[in-house]
Amino acid sequence: MPKLIKNGRVIDDAAEILVLDEVQGPEALSLPDGPVFVPLAVWQAHKGALSGRAGLGVWLDSSESVDDLEGDLDSIGAIALNFPKFTDGRAYSSAALLRSRYAYTGEIRAIGDVLRDQFFFMQRCGFDAIQPKAGKYSDAQLEEALASLKDFSTPYQAAIDQPEPLFRRTQRAA
Amino acid sequence: MYRYDPYDQKIVDERVAQFRDQTRRYLAGELTDDEFRPLRLQNGLYIQRHAPMLRIAVPYGLLSSTQVRKLAHIARSYDKGYAHITTRQNVQFNWPELKMVPEILGELAQVQMHAIQTSGACIRNITSDPFAGVAGDEYIDPRPWCEVLRQWSTFHPEFAFLPRKFKIAVNGAEQDRAVIQCHDIGLELKRNAAGEIGFRVLVGGGMGRTPIIGEEINAFVPWQHIITYNEAILRVYNRYGRRDNLYKARIKILVKALGVAEFKRQVEEEWAFGKDGANTLTEAEVARVAAHFTTPVYETLAGEDAGYASQRAANTAFAAWARRNVLAHKVPGYAIVVLSLKNPATAPGDITAEQLDLVAEWADAYSFGEVRATHEQNLVLADVKQADLFALWEKARATGLATPTFGLLTDIICCPGGDFCALANAKSIPIANAIQARFDDLDYLYDIGDIELNISGCMNSCGHHHVGHIGILGVDKNGEEWYQVSLGGSQGNDTSIGKVIGRSFAAAEMPDVISKIIDVYRAQRQDGERFIDTVRRTGLDPFKLGVYGEAAIIERKQHA
Repeated sequence: MPKLIKNGRVIDDAAEILVLDEVQGPEALSLPDGPVFVPLAVWQAHKGALSGRAGLGVWLDSSESVDDLEGDLDSIGAIALNFPKFTDGRAYSSAALLRSRYAYTGEIRAIGDVLRDQFFFMQRCGFDAIQPKAGKYSDAQLEEALASLKDFSTPYQAAIDQPEPLFRRTQRAA
Repeated sequence: MYRYDPYDQKIVDERVAQFRDQTRRYLAGELTDDEFRPLRLQNGLYIQRHAPMLRIAVPYGLLSSTQVRKLAHIARSYDKGYAHITTRQNVQFNWPELKMVPEILGELAQVQMHAIQTSGACIRNITSDPFAGVAGDEYIDPRPWCEVLRQWSTFHPEFAFLPRKFKIAVNGAEQDRAVIQCHDIGLELKRNAAGEIGFRVLVGGGMGRTPIIGEEINAFVPWQHIITYNEAILRVYNRYGRRDNLYKARIKILVKALGVAEFKRQVEEEWAFGKDGANTLTEAEVARVAAHFTTPVYETLAGEDAGYASQRAANTAFAAWARRNVLAHKVPGYAIVVLSLKNPATAPGDITAEQLDLVAEWADAYSFGEVRATHEQNLVLADVKQADLFALWEKARATGLATPTFGLLTDIICCPGGDFCALANAKSIPIANAIQARFDDLDYLYDIGDIELNISGCMNSCGHHHVGHIGILGVDKNGEEWYQVSLGGSQGNDTSIGKVIGRSFAAAEMPDVISKIIDVYRAQRQDGERFIDTVRRTGLDPFKLGVYGEAAIIERKQHA
């Protein structure tokens, strides 16, 4: 079963990420049983049918805007943000916006080209679930990679995980 | 200057540990080249022609003598005995071994230094006025604000993978000495009518392939909001900056595409959410940081030291140096000294380990233990008593650090170019040295007067050629190195982008080309006009004529 880092622990996860191919446009709706992340376009085409479905999540590519989900967030249990390349940093802003501006409290999952050296930044921006590509890391490597969540113990700036900057959290001596 | 507290130290120590592990995993084959590249770049580590190149951060150009000694030690122990001062006030080593880099970072951490964010698509080292705190025309000392922004930008989780690199500069004086108009964000410290401190914010400036002068998007952001305002700019850029084309990924392209009014609207819409949030600066934090930049204990001295005046009268070489490399200080009896790294025998900006140790010694003896690096690739001792200038000059001269040409034709800004840099199209150091060799007559250089000649070995413009009064750009033509010349660029308050004068030249032609340009200037100038003023008044035509000759101009016009 695919693995996932959730709240700092490695767990099993069965959710499927539904990817539209050229044949299947967003109009068609054939979903697997069990937990699934559907593309934004599918969500938008079938909002009514999908709302409140158990185990339903929506995934956004890095070029898609979380602003498009405003108003829908109460009916979506989990949102996955795709990193097409790990150097594409748009999803960091997307996650931060979901948590801050839209006060989203469901799962935010990093998917795609997800590497351990970015875990720290992901966690700081509000990702609570991190899913490297299947086969990217062995189980042992993934356990080892948890260390990267703790690369820095006391960051300077405010972010989602630590909503106050260092200068407000502590009394720093001059 | 700023001294780390345990929090700052811990962040740097944890960085060393992190990069040590990343390097280990790379060398063990657990990280691919593509995966390791951004990690090493965000630690200033390039893979170059001969060896990795390590760029070390010198935040806003300030160094303590202890740090300078450590740089000397690193140059000796891990490199070939020298270091290079960059056009972002940083220090580069050209020959470290990849596997030794974690050791070097460990050494740097011992003296509160690091290589964090000196490259990569992130917020880079923040640059500023090398004369901060000592210049007479300063309104507000930029250094505390640079430090506040340094801490905010260090490992900012949302902005570690921007579309492209992101450079911020801060200036707080009447004269802009930080090139703020050519930065992704340029910040000018100022006071409003009520006397409150804030920032004029420019955005979208830059050099590179598409040189653009930054535009103002806010005339006055009160100091409390400067972090949230910067975050709003960065967020808009991170979300909407182009990622499909490396050459169109800088914020300047986004600003041009949207128009500055629309860009400002988006930023201020974003800012409405972050403004007054947790990142709003507090008086306590600014006071804490500012306390590190207090005025040194200056002696009460006469405005003009009598001995200094007689030493200049008695020694023409000293007088020449004093005329060019000694600048006015805001405190009577003190001076700002530029230690030139433009000795014609070496690459512009290079300094040996022995020289670094000596500079540290002089800093301790004459300048409160501090040294500054300038973006023009010189070093500065900012607080020297006039009475000490002669002794300092004798020592500097003995080791080749008293070339009396600050601000003259041979004080060339020059990137490492094709001798070292894997990105370069052409060599730049030999061109600089050849021009320095041609113009070796001091009286002639003084006659030419204030002029800026900048050389870049490729379009990335590390040598700031776009803003040189004379700019030289190395270009590749069918595998050969050629040089394109532009005139009329300028940094400072009246920043302008130079214009190319015509077809490019072979390396061997370059000293002659510069001679012809200077001849035209000397023939055309009116009553003490600086080079740049003549170019602005006459336009390029007389210079084209002087360089290419009449026949070439006529032929070009016929073909046009």
